[in-house]
Order: sequence, then C-alpha cells, then structure tokens
Amino acid sequence: MLNTKRQGKLAAVAVMAATALAITSCGSSEPTPAAGGDGASSAAAAPVTITVHTFGGGENFGYDEAVKKWNAEHPNIQVKYQNLTDRFEDVFLPQLLQKLQAGSGAADIVGIDEGAMGLMKARPQFFADLGQFGLENRKADFPAAKWENGVNKDGKLFALGTDIGGMTMCYRKDLFEKAGLPTEREEVGKLWPDWAAFMEAGKKFQAANPGKGDPKFLDGPNTLYNVVLSQEGPKNGNIAYFDTNNQLVIDKNPAVKTAFDTVKSFSEAGLTAKLASFTPEWNAAIKKGGFATMGCPAWMLGVVSGAAGDENKGKWDVASVPGGAGNWGGSYLAIPAQSKHQKEAAEVLNYLTGKEGHIAAFKEAAAFPSSLPAQQDPAVADLKNEFFNDAPTGQIFGASVKDLLPLFLGEKHAQVKTAAEKVLEGMDKGSIPYAEAWTKFVEAGTKAAG
Amino acid sequence: MTLNVDTPAPARREGPRRSSGPRNPGRGGRGLARFDLRATPYFLVSPYFLLFAVFGLFPLGYTAWVSLHDWELAGDKTFTGLDNYTELIADGAFWNAVLNTVGIFVIATIPQLVLALMLANALNKRIRGRLFFRLGILLPLVTSVVAVAVVFTQLYGRDYGMINWFLSLFGVEAIEWQNQSWSAWIAIATMIDWRWTGYNAIILLAAMQTIPKDLYEAASLDGASARRQFWQITVPMLRPTLIFVVFVSTIGGLTLFAEPVMFEGNPTMAGGATGQYQTVAMFIVKEAFRDFDMGYASAAAWLLFALILIGILINYSFTRRIGGKK
Repeated sequence: MLNTKRQGKLAAVAVMAATALAITSCGSSEPTPAAGGDGASSAAAAPVTITVHTFGGGENFGYDEAVKKWNAEHPNIQVKYQNLTDRFEDVFLPQLLQKLQAGSGAADIVGIDEGAMGLMKARPQFFADLGQFGLENRKADFPAAKWENGVNKDGKLFALGTDIGGMTMCYRKDLFEKAGLPTEREEVGKLWPDWAAFMEAGKKFQAANPGKGDPKFLDGPNTLYNVVLSQEGPKNGNIAYFDTNNQLVIDKNPAVKTAFDTVKSFSEAGLTAKLASFTPEWNAAIKKGGFATMGCPAWMLGVVSGAAGDENKGKWDVASVPGGAGNWGGSYLAIPAQSKHQKEAAEVLNYLTGKEGHIAAFKEAAAFPSSLPAQQDPAVADLKNEFFNDAPTGQIFGASVKDLLPLFLGEKHAQVKTAAEKVLEGMDKGSIPYAEAWTKFVEAGTKAAG
Repeated sequence: MTLNVDTPAPARREGPRRSSGPRNPGRGGRGLARFDLRATPYFLVSPYFLLFAVFGLFPLGYTAWVSLHDWELAGDKTFTGLDNYTELIADGAFWNAVLNTVGIFVIATIPQLVLALMLANALNKRIRGRLFFRLGILLPLVTSVVAVAVVFTQLYGRDYGMINWFLSLFGVEAIEWQNQSWSAWIAIATMIDWRWTGYNAIILLAAMQTIPKDLYEAASLDGASARRQFWQITVPMLRPTLIFVVFVSTIGGLTLFAEPVMFEGNPTMAGGATGQYQTVAMFIVKEAFRDFDMGYASAAAWLLFALILIGILINYSFTRRIGGKK
C-alpha cells in the first residue's frame, strides 16, 4: 500500500515535471517564427528583403560582390545571399524539396544544379513562371540547350542559367616540378593529348613518389569519372544515365561504361589518393598537396582556391584536359512559387543571370558565364585568374565551351549519380573488388532509379 | 495538488464540502467544485498528452498512412496498399541494415552493460576520491554525440589516425576502418560505449545504494564471500533497474544514427560503399531524403518499430531470469 502510494506520487510529480517542461519549451519556441518572418508584415513600409540560397564548395556561386553592388544601388530591394552547404545532391536538394512541399521556408531565389533540373522540370507547381515578369526576352542571351533546360514540362520558363562547366585539368605545379614533369601549362597540356598519355604521365609521377605518405597523381574516382562521362556523353546521343524518354540506360550507354573503365584503370594502377570529392579529407588534400591533378570545370577553380586558401596561391595551375571538350555542372536560378515577393525576386534574378552578374561571379568564383554577352565581354575573355598563376581562364574556358552540348539528364539523375559514384568510391578504396564493381555499379544505379 | 490526486475514493465526498463550503454555499457552486475537483487533475496533465498526440501519435499514424503509398517527396502519391512492405521484406539492403544495426548493438551493448555493472560495484565500495570517480565516469555523457563521433572518426583515420599509428608500432598495416563491416562495427561500438557506459553505471550505482545494508551484514555473518554477495544479493536486487537499462539501451541501439553518419564523413546515408555500417535509421533517411521515396521509408520506419518491440521482448525474457524467480 505504502509502496503504491509512493509510486502514485512519483508519477504525479513526473507528469507535472513533464508538463512544466512542455509548457516552458512551448514558450521559448514562440518568439522564433516572429523573428524569422521578415516578409509580409514589414513589406509595406520597410524595403523588401530577397533571400538567395545557393550551394557549392569554396567560393560557390560567387555572388558576394554582385550582391554588395546591388544592395548599394537598390535601397528598396535588399538581397540576402547565403550559401547553405557544400553538397548539392544529398543536402541542398532534399532540403529544398521538403521546403517546396511544405509551402514555406524556401528562399525567394534558389540555386539548382543541372543534375536536378529534370526533377524540377517535372514539378511546375513549385516555381514561379518567369515569363510573367518579362524574362522570356532573355532567350537570345543563352545557348539554346541552357535555355531549353529552364523550361518546364508545361512549357513555362522557370529558371535561368548561371554558369557553365567547360573542362580543364588542374595540376599542382610544385608537385610536378618535384616529380620531374613539365610545369608550364602549354607543355603540360601537350604532355597528355588523350587519357592513355595521361596514364603514362601518371605512372611517371607515381614512380617519383613511391612512398606511402607521398602525394598521388589523382584525387579519387569522382572527378575523373565526371570528366570522362562529360566527354563521352556527347558522342553517344548526348545522354548520361537516362535516354530522352527518361528510361534508365546506365548499363547500355557506352559513355557510362567508358567513364567507369577509365576510373577503374587509374585506380588499379594505384594512381588515386582514394578520396571522395567534396569531403573534408578531400578539401584537406587540396590544401596540403595530397594529390597532383584533378578534372576542373570552371566552377571547380573556385572550389580549389576556396579549399586551398590564400597561402597556396600559385601552387595550382590549369592546363587543357585530355580527351577534348565536355561539360560538367553548371547551375540555374529559380523562384519558388511560395515566394511572397516574386516580382522583386525576378528583378534580382534577372540581374544575377544578366551580363553583370555573370561577370562578377566569374571574377569571384571562376564560374564561367553561360550568358553569351558575358562570354564575349572583354572582362571575361581577357580575365586572368590570380590564384592559378594568372592563368588566362577567360580564354581557356571560352575555347572549351565553344561547341558545348550539355547532356540530357533525366528526372532521377541526381539520385542515380549519387548511388553509382558511391560504388566507384568503394571500388577505389578496396571494399568492392574490381571484378564485381561494374555489376554493383549498375545494380546501385538501377535501384536508385526505381 | 498531489494530495488531491492521491485522495482515496471514500474521502472524496468530504473534501469539497470542507474546502468550498464556506466560500460558495449554493448548489451550482457545489457542482462546480465537484467538477473542479474531478476535472482539474485531467486538465493539469492534459498538456503532456496533447503534445504527445500532436508530436507522437499523429506522426505515428501519418507514417502508417504514407507507408501504404508510392509517395514521392514533393511529387506523386498513389495508393499501393502493402506493396512497400512486401518489397521491403525482399530487399537485401534493408536486411543488411538490420544486420548492421543488430551487430553493432550486440558488440556495443553487452560489453557496455557488463562494464557498467563492474564500475558501479567498484564505485559502491569505500574508495578514496569516490565523488571524483563518480562524476568522472559521467563526464562523457555531457559531450555532444556529434563531437564524440568526430573525434573518434579522426582517431580511426586511415592516414593520420592515432589508432592506426598505435597498431603500426606492432607492424600492423594501416586499416581503413570504414572499409569492412567488422572494423566499422568495432569503431562505432567504441563511440557508443565511451559515451554511455558511465551513464548506465551511475544508474546502476544509484540502485545499488538503495539495497538495504543489513542484507549484506547478514550475508557476511553467514560467511558469504564478496563475490557471492554480488551475485546473490546485488544483482537480483538490481533487477528492475537492469531491465530499465537494458530497455533504454535496446531502443538507443536499434535507432542508432548519429555515430555511423559522422563516421562516414559525408551525409549520403549510405553507410559505406556497400552499406557496411548502414543502420536501419540511416536506411530510412536515405530512402526518404536521398532517394525521395517517402512511402518506402515510412514502411521501413514501421518495420523498425516492430523490430524494437521484438528486441525488447527478447531482452525482457532474458533479464526476467536474472536472480531466479521473485
């Protein structure tokens, strides 16, 4: 009796404590939404705030300067630019989808990687029609493929292009010198006209760096794979994992197999540092010189300079890539339908994807403009990249994107890409035997698409 | 207030008359007072249950509803009945995640509880600086899970990790801990144990201190050794607490998430290239927020719920036998 009574009391006290906790936690969470809601209530009197959310490593979209300039010139439309994360497929994209589904929380302008454009095109209900703000007239500014990719399945324009990838090879000058390889970018480019020659150069480099702690020739599987896929895709119907009817062709597209085999051969030859890209270890190795080369689309230069930091200025350089032109990456800006200030957001979007915004981003993050007027502008064509030994990046990338055809990427491209590259990482690190890797690769991709 | 809750039924009639009589002699007032007496306790406890309904029951039911659909995140939803469940039961990746979760749970929890029991017993003795040691073993608990995981992941680093450096002194080749199941499981289990052993030890210690001293005195008079006293008195008397500790560890172990995610170093939720250490919780997040298949993930969440229930039942049947029948 005594015992049960005590238990009853205890239970009552526990419940009260829980209630008190619940009440206090309720109370403390209340002010947050009020503080966060900088939109509707203050719209009439105060200036409108347009939020811009992007992703990417290093310097990412490179809008710091462009936004500063805009804010100085437009006191009534203030832009708040925020880069949310390094990672697109497994962080930025799922968060964006959740916010779109929830109907709140997304920024007024969001960045979207080309890999998810198929997914977004199939969801027209979530984005504002840019045509109603007169942005249809920008068509002449973009290459046809870049423009078409911003039109959704209802035929409405919902996104405008920011940068375009192009393709070069980044290399560590200091490590090349130590290994007895040429260091000047023209000579380095001549060293590897194709991937077989690149392999030879790699073997030479590795022979000079035989030790366990010595740098490796390549970073890991991801960058090499994406470079080769971007080169082979255009030769095979301009597709990657999906054909234009959104049918999975991961096991049938020769471009995928060639890219896979190239990675496998470099991994088997022991030329990779076994690092997955966009990880802290990978960033650290860029900084410390853990590897000597990696495939570099234009935006990757911003990632490298951001990760390496100012103290490594001049150690990295860019040369032409083995195997010819290709496009990896490049992004878009769109306005979610949930935005309360679509009109003002459209003005900002028009500015950021306009000539001026493109040029500012190229200067800051080396993101090469997809905008044709910006490409032709001397500010881009003649620009040299200070971090990369004053490499004439305007010229290099201008040449590399000239006849570029971005690949068709299906609705589930981002998921398949993530799953398939995970297998490449496993193969490179040794948890998947080389003999089984291709089967596993196809399996993982098929599962992610299903 | 607590008194009211405990007031036995017969006394009820007297209660209101005494307290409300002088203040409000009318009939309606008495009814109100009775209503007050009956309803107030429920009213006072209701916030908890309301919150539980909103944040506990509703998501539970909604998850069940979602699990019956082919439900894409921010996409199409079609009713498919139990398709997700049948597909899941045939899915090797799911069972791989279950195996990992159970495997990590076993190699983490069993040594942990044994160690906690031994620690508690040691700290229950008269030793110098007892308070210091008692606080000391609880200290890991105040660190954040993520911080623990980050530090341990660095310790287990392939190139610059301290553990590989230590092993290299004995000529062991550098181990890539993430690469195989066994090594990843061990690494993750050590993170869990480092953080939770002290917590369990403190709970067991508190329970040990409630065991009446005279039991031990009587036992030593009868000539029982310290070891005998431990097994015949301490452990049986700890049974309710042990059951609690085992339950909490089971729930924690089967919903393991933060440690393996941090151990992987990137948020793909894959748990290694072939899912060497992907737990069920990671599997759920991967399906829902990496592959955007909410329906499938919801079905997996319900299967995890069932798995935990089974796990608890198994553990309960084990712990019930501790110290024989009571």
